[in-house]
Amino acid sequence: MATRHSRSAARLMMAPAVVLLLGWMLVPLIMTLYFSFRNYFPLRPDRVPGWAGFSNYERFITSSSFWPSVQTTLVIVGGVLVITVLLGILLAMLLDQPMWGQGVVRILVIAPFFVMPTVSALVWKNMFMDPTNGLLAHLWRVFGAEPVAWLSQVPTGSIVMIVSWQWLPFATLILLTAIQSLDGEQLEAAEMDGAPPLKRFWFIILPHLARAITIVILIQTIFLLSIFAEIFVTTGGAFGTRTLTYLIFQRVLESQNVGLGSAGGVYAIILANIVALFLMRIVGKNLDA
Amino acid sequence: MSIRTALRAATALALIAGGVSAETITIATVNNGDMIRMQGYTDQFTAATGHEVEWVTLEENVLRQRVTTDITTKGGQFDIMTIGMYETPIWGANGWLVPLDDLSEDYDVADILPAMAGGLSHDGTLYAAPFYGESSMIMYRTDLMEKAGLEMPEAPTWAFVREAAAAMTDRENDINGICLRGKAGWGEGGAFITAMSNSFGARWFDMDWKPQFDTQPWKDTLEFFVGMMSESGPTGYATNGFNENLNLFQQGKCGMWIDATVAASFVTNPDDSTVADSVGFALAPDTGLGKRSNWLWAWALAIPAGTQKEAAAKQFIEWATSKDYIELVAANEGWANVPPGARTSLYENPEYRKVPFARMTLDSILSADPNNSTVEPSPYVGIQFAAIPEFAGIATQVSQEFAAVYAGQQSIDEALEKAQAFTTEEMEAAGY
Amino acid sequence: MARAVTTQRKAINTAIAWAIGLLIFFPILWTILTSFKTEAQAIADPPLFLNFDWTLENYAIVQDRSDYMRFLWNSVILAGGSTLLGIVIAVPAAWSMAFVPSKRTKDILLWMLSTKMLPAVGVLYPIYLLFIQLGLLDSRFGLVIVLMLINLPIIVWMLYTYFREIPGEILEAARMDGATLREEILYVLTPMAIPGIASTVLLNFILAWNEAFWTLNLTAVDAAPLTAFIASYSSPEGLFFAKLSAASTMAIAPILILGWFSQKQLVRGLTFGAVK
Repeated sequence: MATRHSRSAARLMMAPAVVLLLGWMLVPLIMTLYFSFRNYFPLRPDRVPGWAGFSNYERFITSSSFWPSVQTTLVIVGGVLVITVLLGILLAMLLDQPMWGQGVVRILVIAPFFVMPTVSALVWKNMFMDPTNGLLAHLWRVFGAEPVAWLSQVPTGSIVMIVSWQWLPFATLILLTAIQSLDGEQLEAAEMDGAPPLKRFWFIILPHLARAITIVILIQTIFLLSIFAEIFVTTGGAFGTRTLTYLIFQRVLESQNVGLGSAGGVYAIILANIVALFLMRIVGKNLDA
Repeated sequence: MSIRTALRAATALALIAGGVSAETITIATVNNGDMIRMQGYTDQFTAATGHEVEWVTLEENVLRQRVTTDITTKGGQFDIMTIGMYETPIWGANGWLVPLDDLSEDYDVADILPAMAGGLSHDGTLYAAPFYGESSMIMYRTDLMEKAGLEMPEAPTWAFVREAAAAMTDRENDINGICLRGKAGWGEGGAFITAMSNSFGARWFDMDWKPQFDTQPWKDTLEFFVGMMSESGPTGYATNGFNENLNLFQQGKCGMWIDATVAASFVTNPDDSTVADSVGFALAPDTGLGKRSNWLWAWALAIPAGTQKEAAAKQFIEWATSKDYIELVAANEGWANVPPGARTSLYENPEYRKVPFARMTLDSILSADPNNSTVEPSPYVGIQFAAIPEFAGIATQVSQEFAAVYAGQQSIDEALEKAQAFTTEEMEAAGY
Repeated sequence: MARAVTTQRKAINTAIAWAIGLLIFFPILWTILTSFKTEAQAIADPPLFLNFDWTLENYAIVQDRSDYMRFLWNSVILAGGSTLLGIVIAVPAAWSMAFVPSKRTKDILLWMLSTKMLPAVGVLYPIYLLFIQLGLLDSRFGLVIVLMLINLPIIVWMLYTYFREIPGEILEAARMDGATLREEILYVLTPMAIPGIASTVLLNFILAWNEAFWTLNLTAVDAAPLTAFIASYSSPEGLFFAKLSAASTMAIAPILILGWFSQKQLVRGLTFGAVK
């Protein structure tokens, strides 16, 4: 009886969150779907808007920029995930060691997470990666090397670097929390048994971190699929750094073709869900939610 | 002097103000130096008219995106928008802007430079008042020219510019003969290469709106540009825009720089520029085909149709783009810092003529004609752009393909082929 | 003997960790340093580290040009308001998911997260039109709602994982004692989950503070937060590194300071239930 009572109460209490999110999802989704079947050119009021059938979908996917943009999206998301998870594990293990001034070091490592994406992109682009006045260029010259024009020669790599810098703190924090909860005695016992550090890492630490890594990958993927400011500020989508999100931006705001951009939005949702499904398959078993 | 000017401005405004109650107007503007300065003088406008002003100052790209969204959806967030020569005729034709055809006698509309007024009108009606205008010209280092044993003519050719650039280049000492924009974006590298292509006989579209990237003049333009920049340009020029080149020039790392005429006041300002006392000016180069490679642009103030505060907005525009405002700035900050390129009377002012770059700026503006910008006839208005709604989107992508050439990632032929393909595609989709 | 080894190891750890920490922090440090230089010094070659004439000029110019406090206040209201509202809505939802789970709980959670995947720019026009209709453009209220909805999935998820670690028996005991559902949540569950709620608040405050698409596109004057403040300093004509650095420092300083004071809380709380 109590169960039944609390079940209906539970539904009731979940209702506001579910209803709001449903609204937040459905209203834009339905509007996006609607516009994706329309010819809508805000700058051309002389062209009567009308139904477009599937022509927007067809044009978006057959455009020569579509597949490269999907590829770029995956490369950037994948690259950032690999870098932040790997470095995050190393950093977390390091920060878990006894040391002087641990609190301060932790603050230094977390700090980039607090910086607005626009600001970090501007700072990296102008003050570090600029081939003439950037600090990296000065550093290269000190060693007698020709400065690298980062944003045109290794554009995707540079963006991955900037985004990784922003997200490394997040990964480190979560992994650090997980490592701190590791049973010290278990590790000591393994050490006594003469297990080499690499083995200890592989068989004890890594399995313990599995769930935390899953969380990092999941949360970051959601945010990384929609990164925008970092590209807008640095390359403006040139040199093959145009992600799907950026392509949609170009269609909607630069070309002022809302129908075409909306069709792109629908593709982006599909891609995001494929990525999410894929993630669930690989890492979902760690997530016994 | 300053007090008298201010008083005169105040009296003039008080006269206009009669009958309009005090309002608060919201103005969206770009974060360029002249606009920032104008914000500083807003108090004087408020004192004279009683109208308060709220500023929304944004970086150029963000501003464009913000005001375009607002005007197309009739969001009504702004009473005045700062827009350029590209947007004005399009928006004016759509009936989105309040026509500025009833400005007061004192304002003297006829004094606005004809090229500027022409570019900010649709069907002969003015839709935005120019706050400042610019063309482009060569800024060069007189000391380096001398060292190279050359003399800059008033109106050089591209061949001379290339030769001079090579002669001034001194890689050991980090001096690049020439700095030009390569950065992707229709208003950055796209604007430069389009203006340059005009002098090589290229055009964006023929009279049937067919894209022309498969023609020889475009290939010539890009080959010349890439050739010259690899000989004498800075490393990484593919990502250099106005700001990057300005920094390079001010640090003494460029022999020549062809860019906006407003840059002249920055490079000759000894506070910021290490080369302030050795800068010379010349007209943008040509190839003898009858068109030079200078552009024309104005940042102008326009009133979106539907605002409730039209009268107050008009008062502000009359104040900010008036002769009195120019004198106000001149009195407080010197003639070199007044907003240039908008009014004929400024260039007739003997005080202003003493400014070293005044004459060349005027000559550059006068030699630019947005209605007749290409060697072969073209159907569009605009020099470094074509004033059609589709242009910004297309040109940004084209300039990205070009930037990939500058960065050595693809050949000129590949880039032109892609540009031709998607421009054709977009124009067909847009119904041309 | 053993102690000496530990000290030595500790010293090595300390050296490596500090080096890496400083390296990661360096871009921020450099921005702060640059904000105290003149524009010419900011691009000096070779770069100047500490040997320049420190000046507050840039801060004065920035403050003179734009009313920093107004942007700051809007940021605080938007980030704070959306986070608090989110918590109020998420606590009951997370409670029912954690203590009365059903077969669909996991699906609902994942669905909630998936609502974050719609690219914002694709729905700019629809949302803008909607905001015009509702008269919400440039209103703090509208922005608070949007930011709350953007972060709600994360809030629900984080709270859910904290709540799950609280033994259900305690709540049951409270119920036995005759506590109503409201009392159970307010006086038993919430106090126990304070650390978790605190870190959820912190994380979402940071995410809302840094959100730069909607806060820029749906505001003009009244509701414009620090993201709009930054947009008026990025890439104008002329030299701007020092002024940009000053504006950037002003934009990130409040959140950086908040983060520093609460980093222990953040470290302890950011587990997403990942521990067990």
